[in-house]
Amino acid sequence: MNKDNDKNKMNADEAPMNPENGNAARSPKADSNNTGDANEDIIKSATTGDYKYGFVTDIDTHVIPKGLNEDVVRYISQVKGEPEWLLDFRLKAYRHWLTMKMPRWAHLDIPEIDYQAISYYAAPKQKEGPKNLDEVDPELRKTFDKLGISLEEQMRLSGIAVDAVMDSVSVKTTYKERLAELGVIFCSISEAVRDYPDLVRKYLGSVVPYRDNFFAALNSAVFSDGSFVYIPKGVRCPMELSTYFRINAAETGQFERTLIVADDDAYVSYLEGCTAPMRDENQLHAAIVEIVVEDRAEVKYSTVQNWYPGDKDGKGGIYNFVTKRGLCRGDFSKLSWTQVETGSAITWKYPSCVLQGDNSVGEFYSVALTNNYQQADTGTKMIHIGKNSRSTIVSKGISAGHSQNSYRGEVKVVPKAANCRNYTQCDSLLLSSTSGAHTFPRIDVQNETSVVEHEATTSKINEDQIFYCNQRGISTEDAIGLIVNGYAKEVMAKLPMEFAVEAQKLLSISLEGSVG
Amino acid sequence: MLVIKDLHASIEGKEILKGVNLTVRPGEVHAIMGPNGSGKSTLSSVLTGNPAYTVTGGSVEFYGKDLLALPPENRSHEGLFLSFQYPVEIPGVSMVNFMRAALNAKRKYFGQEPLSASEFLKLMREKRAIVELDNKLASRSVNEGFSGGEKKRNEIFQMAMLEPRLSILDETDSGLDIDALRIVAGGVNKLKTDNNATIVITHYQRLLDYIKPDFVHVLYKGRIVKTGGPELALELEEKGYDWIKREWD
Amino acid sequence: MSSIKQYTDIFHAYGSAIDAHSAPVLNALRPDALKALENATMPRKGDEDYETTDLNELFAPDYGVNINRVNLTADPAEAFRCDVPNMSTSPYYFFNDVYHHDADTLASRGDGVIVSSLRKAAIEHPELVARHYARIAPLSNPQVALNTLLAQDGIFVYVPRNVVLERTLQLVNIMNVAQPVMAVRRVLVVLEDGAQARMLVCDHTQSRDVQCLSNQVIEISLGEGATFDYYDLEATASSSRRASTLWAQQAAGSNLLIDGITLANGITRNGYHISINGEHAETSLLGMAIASGEQHVDNHTYIGHNVGHCHSNELFKYVLDDRATGAFSGKILVAENAPKVEAYQSNRNVCASPAAKMFTKPQLEIYTDDVKCSHGATVGQLDQDALFYMRTRGIPEHDARTLLMQAFMSDVIDGVRIEALKDRLHHLVEKRFAGALADCGECSGKCLRNKK
Repeated sequence: MNKDNDKNKMNADEAPMNPENGNAARSPKADSNNTGDANEDIIKSATTGDYKYGFVTDIDTHVIPKGLNEDVVRYISQVKGEPEWLLDFRLKAYRHWLTMKMPRWAHLDIPEIDYQAISYYAAPKQKEGPKNLDEVDPELRKTFDKLGISLEEQMRLSGIAVDAVMDSVSVKTTYKERLAELGVIFCSISEAVRDYPDLVRKYLGSVVPYRDNFFAALNSAVFSDGSFVYIPKGVRCPMELSTYFRINAAETGQFERTLIVADDDAYVSYLEGCTAPMRDENQLHAAIVEIVVEDRAEVKYSTVQNWYPGDKDGKGGIYNFVTKRGLCRGDFSKLSWTQVETGSAITWKYPSCVLQGDNSVGEFYSVALTNNYQQADTGTKMIHIGKNSRSTIVSKGISAGHSQNSYRGEVKVVPKAANCRNYTQCDSLLLSSTSGAHTFPRIDVQNETSVVEHEATTSKINEDQIFYCNQRGISTEDAIGLIVNGYAKEVMAKLPMEFAVEAQKLLSISLEGSVG
Repeated sequence: MLVIKDLHASIEGKEILKGVNLTVRPGEVHAIMGPNGSGKSTLSSVLTGNPAYTVTGGSVEFYGKDLLALPPENRSHEGLFLSFQYPVEIPGVSMVNFMRAALNAKRKYFGQEPLSASEFLKLMREKRAIVELDNKLASRSVNEGFSGGEKKRNEIFQMAMLEPRLSILDETDSGLDIDALRIVAGGVNKLKTDNNATIVITHYQRLLDYIKPDFVHVLYKGRIVKTGGPELALELEEKGYDWIKREWD
Repeated sequence: MSSIKQYTDIFHAYGSAIDAHSAPVLNALRPDALKALENATMPRKGDEDYETTDLNELFAPDYGVNINRVNLTADPAEAFRCDVPNMSTSPYYFFNDVYHHDADTLASRGDGVIVSSLRKAAIEHPELVARHYARIAPLSNPQVALNTLLAQDGIFVYVPRNVVLERTLQLVNIMNVAQPVMAVRRVLVVLEDGAQARMLVCDHTQSRDVQCLSNQVIEISLGEGATFDYYDLEATASSSRRASTLWAQQAAGSNLLIDGITLANGITRNGYHISINGEHAETSLLGMAIASGEQHVDNHTYIGHNVGHCHSNELFKYVLDDRATGAFSGKILVAENAPKVEAYQSNRNVCASPAAKMFTKPQLEIYTDDVKCSHGATVGQLDQDALFYMRTRGIPEHDARTLLMQAFMSDVIDGVRIEALKDRLHHLVEKRFAGALADCGECSGKCLRNKK
């Protein structure tokens, strides 16, 4: 990454805010008796849609010099006023990271990354922890407004509590007080370290240890901010909690860390969104999400991942290397991952469930759409340890342009996990002859009472369906949008309402210009 | 032949049968009717020993034997037959192999020699005629790719082969057009003797036009709440189940 | 420590003896094989595609290699009687890895068909053999390299253009050793355009107390429109180890059927690597494993659709009892610019005991859009509804289970294109299950033990 090109960098820093002109280049509506070639043209022109969130906020940002060493790790810890144990944790992680190599097993072509060419801490300059909205920098507020994220607590219509993270720090968490009345803790992880050190210390790294993988070790060493959620025993969180991640500064990495704990009988639905400016260079995002679900508790974690995917020639875009894992520790606990992945140049991400509790339930619903030169290697792991644990995996891959889209999954049932059930449905839809769709599941069953099923199909978009739509007067481009949305419906239906609408639009936009 | 006393049964911890009492004698035809979810199919499953259900109380005697103590196959050998509401498809097992295994297991149970291949095929041919079952169906895998009507005819064909003393027909009429219904009911009637009995489980009166019941029972919320003659079925057809529900809710 | 070294040591010490008992065409490749092995290691357990089988360990024991081609004085008719009724075959034998000569019944045909010792063929038809030997199986694969380094003989099957071999070739591998031995076998099959042949390979072990390893490489080249069936039946013993890799390439319009069956064994690793290089080629890759005790069966498959308009169908089924372990990993690849490919893969497994384990990894790698591909894998039990249904009809539970297990395997057997063999396999599978999955019971090879 960072094949440093000063000219490009300059341009990128002043990237114009021109999000809406993507439709200008569209071809005329299709005739009903289109030939394949004409379809292809429409499809191509339809997939050149621009990235809506590619603007840069002009805000004074504190960025530390590029490079990574122990001093940087110490600096981050010091800036955040962290206790000794956390610095220790970071240093151990850093030292371990030095011994590790970047994983190359995924079906991804990842260029060499120069980890010394990245700045590991960037923060919008503002007073620490704004007490009310007036203290939030107006430029920042504008940024999140433009992203459709309201930091105004008065805007109760959306009914979502938001933690907004810009670059390395949490900018503002809304609804904090109202949630506090119920005992729900929802704050930035930095605040949590300060205010709830025992809780954080108990759970941090308990699901994703720093030794877990290369990116987890890196994150554990340099993580800057993220959200912390604790739902106490018996509490159903009355609103959706949401974190909005935004990369703004150039040549920085984003390393956030989210920790969610649902105590016995608790329930929470958590949403995560992300965007980044359009830049010609690649930027690294290596996050960790850890979730602990206790007895009879339930966590729903939904992601709409829309990091900048790079341009139509594959230039720029975010490298999204994320470790997400939940531990269903309690009996009858339930964790449900839903993801709509349309962004990022490269995605390496496997939200997983360790089903330790008896009768625990894990779910993974995913739509991954890749276009142009995007690469995605994503899927899940379901590790059945508890008796009668059940899991469901529904993965829908959509490949357009020159993209490569892989599902990678593992279902493991240990000998003592009696009567487990897994069902996996894994479909790939190909929209161009130059795209790829791959399926790499692993199934490891070690007892006789469990049933594991995996079914996968790969096929081209159905031309009869397109023709049928054409005959009813729907353009090919719209028909593709319709068909793809229908194809992904099973997963989209799992998203909370507020997100579903956005995600649906996103699918159509991401496809603009794509079938071949 | 069959005496059910205060039978309680549950599935996955949920009690479905809550004290069923029923006595069936040779030569009788009993109809069990009732709204959806009243426990009709549970009763047939419990009587035939479906392991998914747990008997939590009561007793069932069949010709003096404790039926509930027998594994499903011995219940079959003793002469209990269930025509399934949803006959199970068994890919790869041919009807011929399936029936031969069944028949010879029964013969073995009674200390008889297995049938020779020619005797067996002759028997197949005879019995097939009763329900007009196509030879092609008989040579295919059990129920695989059969239409709804073919599956039900296949059930009655198996009944003819096994010559049960008590047959339970579980919603045998569901999914049948009128011609198939006539063939299936005709088959059942042909197999009727003074020494065997039939329990017809049905939602509608329609089947009872073809198979005349001596007794009609209404099962509701896991109990037999009403018993009468054939006229009860007609009354139910006319008035529906709501009046029963009102009486008992 | 790499288990390769002991074999390269053997080669360094006895290379000239190995050459002396083989043919120049085979010897010519040994230096390349040695070079390929210099920095190679045998895959270890946990390596990609070797999740459950440790090949390094499989080769590690101190096996002897029969360098001086000591002939066993066994009489094939005494050791083996093919009992596939109604099927007449042309039988050929390997005792360990020594080819048994006297069955050259095809020499008189006069149509150019060659079925003979590979060594002999390599001397009599050096150009023909050199054109194909070690051309399909790559030396980059350490198993292939090791086999190529040490192989002195094997069987060569050559069917010229448009010639049809009606009679099934039967190759019988019989292991009978007094001490641990590695048999190094090579099978080379070449069918020219339009040729047709069928081959049944039966693997048996008579010495059931001494560990032995069969190391075999099979190469199959099919010309345009050629049709070839390859049935590979293993009914060996718990002392048997088997590392077998098959490499096939198919030209346009060719039709290849492979059926790999494991009824009894110790540890088996089978690789099937098929490259489809011509349009309108068809491939059926079938397999089954019935394993009990400590049996371990690992099938690894790869079907590469390098061109468009071709069709493959893959089905593997396992029934595992006791502490048996099964593994399946299969990849279907459709290359870029290979339109209208249909490829289906299915792996179905039944674990019949608490300690049985199954690992499966079905994979699709698709680089073009106009395809119809699917794969499915299941691990589970017998259909409980079917089991109950059968019991209500009076069939005792044990019999019902056996019937269902046989039925479970029936679609693999139904893929067999020789009626008599199909009937025989149904019978063998029935016997295998009827023995409560205990031992091979009766197999098509008449074990010495069974004769007593």
